[in-house]
Parts: sequence; structure tokens; C-alpha cells
Amino acid sequence: MSRAAPTVAPQEAAHRRDLLRQMLLIRTFEDKCVELYSAGEIRGFVHLYIGEEAVAAGVNQALTADDNVVSTYREHGHALSRGLPVKAVMAEMFGKTTGCSRGRGGSMHLFDVSRRFYGGNAIVGGGLPLSIGIALADKLRGDRRVTACFFGDGAVAEGEFHECMNLAALWDLPVLFCCENNLYAMGTALERAQAQTDLALRAGSYGMPAWPVDGMDVLAVEHAARSAVEAIREGGGPHFLELKTFRFRAHSMYDPELYRDKSEVEEWKKRDPIDLLSVRMRDGGELTDADFEAMSKELAGEIDKAIVAARAAPTEPVEDLTRFVYSPEPS
Amino acid sequence: MTSAEMVKTTYREAMRAAIREAMQRDDRVFLMGEDVGRYGGCFAVSLGLLEEFGPERIRDTPLSESAFVGAGIGAAMAGMRPIVEIMTVNFSLLALDQIMNNAATLLHMSGGQCSVPLVIRMTTGAGRQVAAQHSHSLEGWYTHIPGIRVLTPATLADARGMLWTALQDPDPVLIFEHGSLYNMQGTLPADAGAVDIRSAAVRRPGTDVSLITYGGTLATTLAAADALATDGIDAEVIDLRSLRPLDDKTITDSVAKTHRAVIVDEGWRTGSLAAEVSARIMEQAFWDLDAPVERVCGAEVPMPYPRHLEQAALPQADAIASAARQAVG
Repeated sequence: MSRAAPTVAPQEAAHRRDLLRQMLLIRTFEDKCVELYSAGEIRGFVHLYIGEEAVAAGVNQALTADDNVVSTYREHGHALSRGLPVKAVMAEMFGKTTGCSRGRGGSMHLFDVSRRFYGGNAIVGGGLPLSIGIALADKLRGDRRVTACFFGDGAVAEGEFHECMNLAALWDLPVLFCCENNLYAMGTALERAQAQTDLALRAGSYGMPAWPVDGMDVLAVEHAARSAVEAIREGGGPHFLELKTFRFRAHSMYDPELYRDKSEVEEWKKRDPIDLLSVRMRDGGELTDADFEAMSKELAGEIDKAIVAARAAPTEPVEDLTRFVYSPEPS
Repeated sequence: MTSAEMVKTTYREAMRAAIREAMQRDDRVFLMGEDVGRYGGCFAVSLGLLEEFGPERIRDTPLSESAFVGAGIGAAMAGMRPIVEIMTVNFSLLALDQIMNNAATLLHMSGGQCSVPLVIRMTTGAGRQVAAQHSHSLEGWYTHIPGIRVLTPATLADARGMLWTALQDPDPVLIFEHGSLYNMQGTLPADAGAVDIRSAAVRRPGTDVSLITYGGTLATTLAAADALATDGIDAEVIDLRSLRPLDDKTITDSVAKTHRAVIVDEGWRTGSLAAEVSARIMEQAFWDLDAPVERVCGAEVPMPYPRHLEQAALPQADAIASAARQAVG
């Protein structure tokens, strides 16, 4: 991406502002989650996406409301970019009935089938076969949807990953594989776990277009996702993006981060995806400090409202404990 | 029903007819699994269906149990009605993560949004000398999992009729077909169709002891009941049909009548389905019992290859009859 031209098309500027807003929404949401977690208001596992926001925001730009998304346990960003209401996601963190999974899923299992968001899967690689099946259903029906499946570098070590790459390519399925390579599978560095660390190369060996993308640059992510989705929709079969990114925070709230050097984290923070875009926008005259402040304030206000609503929201009645184990009997 | 309306068939053909009917009645139905197409199915269940329905709907898969079972789950979530065939229950362990962590779990963890109307068929059981990695009866394991149904068709009518009902169910259904049953011959009404998948069936009424079984050991248990009859013991034989959920009422009604129960289960004894049935009888019908519940189960050994050892590892009619005599006292 080149620096912004002296005269900026208003449409493009508005688009960049929207991307910035999305990333900032995710960041602000998760910063609040940290506070709420420390205060004991939300519990369980909370896997933060901070540092990786450009991936979710960029990929979602390439998808329509009619496309499908399958996600992981680190999916706050995917859900919010997909347009799940902040209130519903926050209420889910609180385990409330108004949550997007009625509070039964929590941070790792956000679902919204009305938005074709098929959930956070907390078994590494576990969402990959689901994406194959959803895409197969579309193909059998002749629907032209694309299914975007997010997963991390850790999933590439799972046998299921290789089964699914093969199946997607063999059956020519409309899947966009979005590998978020943040260099660590929990505490295990990529080079300590995988003999070949070029993940795009490995996916490519199954006979699908696959390439690495700067996952800190939201515009680069969007560009790559758009070209891949366009090709998939034209019948080009599955595509694989290796989105090179980094999580700035620990794996989960329980992780003391003994396995990596602080300097590595600091080095990556210099390429914070929100800074990268906002600096570019400031340089192009599209964004002032006041604009940024106002946007941050507005988002914080929206999230605070969601927190207030989540606190006040009802919980699932204990009498309903075993509801949704089986579908209700037809009346 | 006149004999003119009865047709000769086998368990295999009944199953095939059920798949064919489902494919004809519902465009959303497709069959997927290893060698279901060109090969005709490992046990020839789907023989000829590829020619009839084409490779999109009779879909051969690579040897990727986790991926194609998971793909069945995804397709079901997205509105299709897949039938996934796994060659044997032992191979299903490669897909256990998908069955347990996704198929059985998605509805609940999505707060009721993700229904998974999937049918998984697989072969189970021993008796064909295929040794320690193709012979086990692990359906009891699957009954541990809330969120799925577990069916065990043991008759031609159930082989013909359970599939369609299972496909109408909004939740995942696992159908276990005992490998020794495929060649079972008999007759069915020409218009045989869907059957209920919720109740157990009394296959032989009796008054002295309840012999409770399912699947591949139904025939053995009926043979034991015949042997007992010559001794003047009138055994009732119950075919559980659905292992999850269990039809408690049919079991306890029988025990209330006979006051004695023997459970026959090809699975390993420890932690078995037989243990679950026994516990339920204790919980719900303890005061009806005149004798301790007996169990006749598979020996706790990986299935050996030679015929004499395999047979020794399986519930046999004489052992069942002997347990029944013990109960009757």
C-alpha cells in the first residue's frame, strides 16, 4: 500500500475510518474485558485478540452478510467485525440470557446463526471440518456463498487441518482459510512445534492458492481477502491466507508468559495495527487527534452501556439447566 | 397382511432401501463416507446407489474420519440432511472429537441456535474373525454423551425403518449396525417404512425372567429363551432398540411382571450399557426384584482373531440361559 495521495477520495477515507473504528471497537471491548475479569465480573477462559484486530476487520470487509464465518475460541474480534451487537457479546461474557449464546457459551463460544456466524470453536482445528461441511452444503445447493474459517498457527499441527485442506481442494469447496499466524500455540513457539514454518507453503501443497499477508496492516489484509473471496466466488476453489500477526497479550488470563521475551512483544507493538492505520490516516489528512479521541470516547460509551445492560440482564433459570441438550419436541 | 404383500429381503437390502427412499424423498439427503460410492460400501449397503443418484449425493471420501464426520456436522448445521457412514465403530474414534465436541455440543453451547440434524451410521460388533481393531461394541460409550441419540436396529423392520425417522430428528443420531446382521434374511411388507425410534420392543413375551438386549445379541438371546422354554422357564426378551435415550418404562414394566432381569450386552462389562440398565432397574424397580440383576457381557479382552477365542469372548446362548436360571433360582 502506498501512502495516501494528497487528495483523498472521500469514499476511501470513510472506508478507512470504518476499518479504524472496527479495530478500535475490538481493542476497547477487550480492554474492558480485562478490567471486568480482574474485578471478577467475568470468568472462565478469556483469550484476547489485542494486536490481531487487523485480521478480523480486514477479512470481514471481503465478506457479505450472506457469507458464512467459522471461528475459534479467540473470537471476540471476529464476532464484533461480523456485526454481532456489542450488547449481545458483552452479555455473553457475563453469562446472561441476553448473550449471543444465551450465556451458555461464554467468551469461547459466541454464536449468531442469523448472521451466519457459526461460532467459536475451542478445540484447536475443530472448526475446520465444520467449514468444509457448510461450504459443501452451499455447493450442493448451488448457493454462491463463501465460508471464511479462522484458525491459528497451532491448528496447522493438527491432523484435522491436513484432512480438511485435502478435502477442500479435492472437492473444490468455496472456503477462505484464514490462518492467524501469531507465532505461538499457547506457549509453544512456531519453530519449536513445526518442522516447516512456512504455513502458506504447506497449505499450497494441497493444490490451493495460498500466500502470506502482513496481518498487522488492515488494508493489506482487506486487499488479500477481497482478491481471494472474488476468486472463490468465481469458482476458484479454496484459498488460504497466512495472516502474519501477533498477540500483544498473554494466551489467556491465566498465562504468566514465561515462554517469550518482553522485547519480542515490544518489537511487535511498534507495528500495532491501529497505530499503523491511524498514522497513515493522519499523514493523509483524514484523521485528527480530536477525531480519534471522539471515536474512542464514543466506542467506550457504547461498551459501557453494554456493560450496564449485561449487569442488569437476567440469567438462565436453573430449571432450564438441561435445555438445548436436545431440540424441543415438535408441538 | 397377506403373504402376497410380503417380500424377501436381507438386513443389507433393507438398509439400502431405507437410504434410497430417503434420497428420493428429500433433496437435502446425501450419503458420504469411505467407499460408499464406486466400491458400493464396505459392507455393500450402498451398492448401486452411485449409479442411481450420482457422485454428488453418494459421495466417496478420503480416509479422513474427522474431516468428513465434521463436514457432515457442518452441512447439517447449514440445512442439509447428511447420512455419514463410518466403516466400523473402531474407526469412529478418529472422529470422536467431532461427534462429542461438536455434534453433541453445538446446540447447547450456541444457546439453541445450532441444530445438527445428522445421521451417522456405522458397523459394530464381532463374530467375523476380524480381530482387535474391527470388532468392538463401543455403542455403550456413545450412550454416555448427552445430545445424541443411539440406535441399534436388530431386525429387518428396524433396518428398513429407523433411518427415515432418524433423518427427521433435529439432533444427531448414531445408528449402529451389527456386522453379523447384514446377511440376515427374512420378509418385510412391500410397503414397510418408518418406525418409531423411541421405544424398546418386547420381541418375545414371557413371565419368568426379563432378558434385556439389543443389536447383534438379540438373536442369541432369543435362542437362549427357546432353550429356557424347554426347561419350563418362560423368558421375556426385550430389544432396547434405542440405547440413548433408554425406554425405562418397557424395562420396568417387564421387571414388574417377571421380577428377574438378565442384561445381555456384547460390550465390555466394566462401565457398560448393561451396567447402566442394571442401575436403572435398581433405582426404579428395586422392590419388584426377586433376585439380583445378572449381566452377560463381552469378555474384557481386545478381540482375538481365532474363532474359538472370539466365540469365547462373546455372549453365548448357554451363558445367557445359565444366567437366567441363576436368576430364577
